Amino acid sequence: MVFEIPKEKWSGSIREITLGATKEEGGTRTSKVIIGGSSALPYLNFEGSAGRKAALFMDVLDTLPVDFPSVVKEEFGDAINDPVSWAKKCVEFGAEGICLKLVSTNPEGEGVGNEDAVNTLKGVLGAVGVPLIVYGSGHFDNDTKLMEMVSEAGKGERLLLGSAEEDWYKSIAVASMANGHRVIGFSNIDINLAKQIVILLKDFGIDLNNIVMDPLQAALGVGLEYSYSIIERIRLAALMGDNLLQAPIICDLSLAWGAPDVNEGDRLGDPVKRGIEWEADTGMSALVAGAELLVVRSPSVLRKMKQAVDELYPGGDE
Amino acid sequence: MMALNAMQIFMQLPKTNCGKCGFPTCLAFAMQLANQKTSLDSCPDISDAGRGALEGAAAPPIKKVKFGPAGAEVEIGDETEMFRHDKKFFHPTLLCQVISDDDGDLEGKASKAKDYEFDRIGQVMNLDTVAVRASGDVGKFKESAEKVNSLAGKPMILMADDAGTIEGAARSLASARPLLYRATQDNWEAMAGLAAELKLPLVVYCEDLNGLAELSDKVKGKGVGDIVLDFGPTKLGDALRNLTILRRSAIKKKFRPFGFPVLLETSATDPGLMGALGVAKYASIVLFESVPVSTIYPIMTLRQNIYTDPQKPLQMEAKVYDISGPTNENSPLMLTTNFSLTYFIVRGDIEKSKIPSKLLVVDTEGLSVMTAFAAEKLTAEGVAAFIKKLGLEESVAQKSIIIPGQIARMSGSLEEESGWKVIVGPRDSSGLPKFLKTQTS
Ligand code: B12
Ligand code: SF4
Repeated sequence: MVFEIPKEKWSGSIREITLGATKEEGGTRTSKVIIGGSSALPYLNFEGSAGRKAALFMDVLDTLPVDFPSVVKEEFGDAINDPVSWAKKCVEFGAEGICLKLVSTNPEGEGVGNEDAVNTLKGVLGAVGVPLIVYGSGHFDNDTKLMEMVSEAGKGERLLLGSAEEDWYKSIAVASMANGHRVIGFSNIDINLAKQIVILLKDFGIDLNNIVMDPLQAALGVGLEYSYSIIERIRLAALMGDNLLQAPIICDLSLAWGAPDVNEGDRLGDPVKRGIEWEADTGMSALVAGAELLVVRSPSVLRKMKQAVDELYPGGDE
Repeated sequence: MMALNAMQIFMQLPKTNCGKCGFPTCLAFAMQLANQKTSLDSCPDISDAGRGALEGAAAPPIKKVKFGPAGAEVEIGDETEMFRHDKKFFHPTLLCQVISDDDGDLEGKASKAKDYEFDRIGQVMNLDTVAVRASGDVGKFKESAEKVNSLAGKPMILMADDAGTIEGAARSLASARPLLYRATQDNWEAMAGLAAELKLPLVVYCEDLNGLAELSDKVKGKGVGDIVLDFGPTKLGDALRNLTILRRSAIKKKFRPFGFPVLLETSATDPGLMGALGVAKYASIVLFESVPVSTIYPIMTLRQNIYTDPQKPLQMEAKVYDISGPTNENSPLMLTTNFSLTYFIVRGDIEKSKIPSKLLVVDTEGLSVMTAFAAEKLTAEGVAAFIKKLGLEESVAQKSIIIPGQIARMSGSLEEESGWKVIVGPRDSSGLPKFLKTQTS
């Protein structure tokens, strides 16, 4: 029987982006992460390159919000009360990078000063050798000042700064360009908006090779299907040649813990395992849709995502 | 489905305009057929070649396969898309628990299969099927299969690697129309013979896709119309690639040997991850060796997400709902949107308060509170007009309404537009039980 593998011909490919810089490159990281590079739909290496393995980062918050999942707190133990120890633990668990969220700086919340937050950043940079993503609190006015300081403090480290939005991109773009950092272009589950933020950043002077796209990963059960389809559509457009959408995609899985089903007690099975599966399934759908950088919250999920990436990646099945 | 146009159909007709089909001309008939207003059977004179060509082209790229007892059967296949955003995925992945016939807890597991039923945003999510796997003893297999059939009351899959073992159970349960598993390169003649005789659907297995195509054709040649494809347990990467190749071959190449639904095994890796992959990427049945609710419930939720029609978010009718028993004119009134997810979360939280309440659901075209507000589908004018239209001033004595904390910004304008008192509730409806108690005390 003549059976031929049906292949799609793609003209485009995803840009490769390097996060983190070693000593030779002007930074202090002991490892780097390169994401992107595929020229086929996710893991379909029979029609093109599957590119680099998707990278697994873990999130670290400089202050714990009240609704932070207790399951994850227990997994980390005491370390979770101090961002530096927390970050070290993540690396011990196998995280390839840290996503540091400086949420304490929100003047409407705790309003901890930017200096303290930057000290936390310096502490984490000193304690771990992996690349970093750094977010502010989402308070635009304060993030404008904060990101400038973050950029200085991380000079040469090739940080990934989060995140540029349609209403607030100039200050973060400046912070990124000033000291050789990368930047995340955030958009709200909409392919046109995803493209729009890339255009704004590009017109402002950011090299396309420095942009990672965040199309917003909604949680399982709370709009996941919208994110899933937008990522698939972005990836298809990129492979068909749309240069502006050829950025690697980052998905932050932490939203998964906010789904009401996760906080349902034991009516729906073991609540600890359910929370972990909730985040893992959110991550699995992001991987098969096209994500190349996952921000993971639970160490158990990190283990699962590591297995997923190892198995999905061609040649990795063993 | 590759639909033919009237001209393509016309070319295959006798072109005698004899009128026996009830239409004046062959072309008129072709036009009706293209619009699916009549059936090919109405033309008595069409040649076999013409019929073959038309039926072949009109057949769906992936055959719909049914199994299970009449009235409670499940349907799989009949998919037409590679990506859900292009239209939608039609027949949700079936989740199946496998029970070995020598499992000490066979009866317990079979009876428990019914308990996997969850109501999520107005839809029932189930463990759809149960499979019994032969461990060797023919008599035991038949007996176990019968037991599971009566205890679980679900469509079944009978699993054995030789026809001799499966035959007794298959005959005994034929009226419950189980899916037979599986024809292999070694046993296919006997398995296909049995499936054809009993008119039961059959799983066809080969690890290698070339072999699978060949076997699918051979089994079909034996008279088995309903086939389910199986490439065996693999790691995640091979599963994704195989599932994609099978789906693409069927849909884009109309490669007939692969024009059937696919069964996915999870035993070679993390079952939760494989289940999620299967739901997202084209599996029609996923087999699980064990089914902790904490694993299965998230997968059921993913299935609900992925199989939602991308054009239509699940929506509720816009009206006032009574929650927690009959309400009266002094019951609190709350506002939310008609997005099913939002409605059911808010409803659940109000129920926890046990205070009989009225929930005003406004039409936001199925958008959540925040999304609707950002998209201007939830406006003070709209809400005020709806309050008026429903005549709520007649049925709500206190003339006040509790709105979600997320849209606190709307309170001023809503007071102005409606003349009602607006109370800003908690941002997350999980705060409602506590909030309502302080309100009513
Ligand atoms: C999925 C999603 C979408 C989907 C739509 C899903 C849908 N059917 O609604 C899509 C992709 C279409 C979408 C589009 C947009 N979205 Co949107 N979307 C989301 C996302 C990820 C989840 C929304 C959701 O389903 N929430 C779950 C439901 C249950 O929440 P809810 O309805 O708000 O209900 C809760 C509370 O409001 C409260 N509550 C509800 N009712 C009541 C009643 C009472 C009495 C009380 C007390 C409480 C209460 O309790 C509920 C449970 O917590 C959120 C981000 C997030 N994580 O929340 C963004 C989000 C809501 N979207 C946002 C935006 C801006 C948009 C767009 C305008 C973007 C754009 N510029 O195009 C568009 C608008 C849509 C359009 N033009 O058609 C913003 C809103 C920003 C703001 N603060 O106003 C958000 C918050 C994302 C963000 N951080 O920027 N979106
Ligand atoms: S019955 Fe057949 S041959 Fe006669 S007019 Fe109709 S289509 Fe033509």
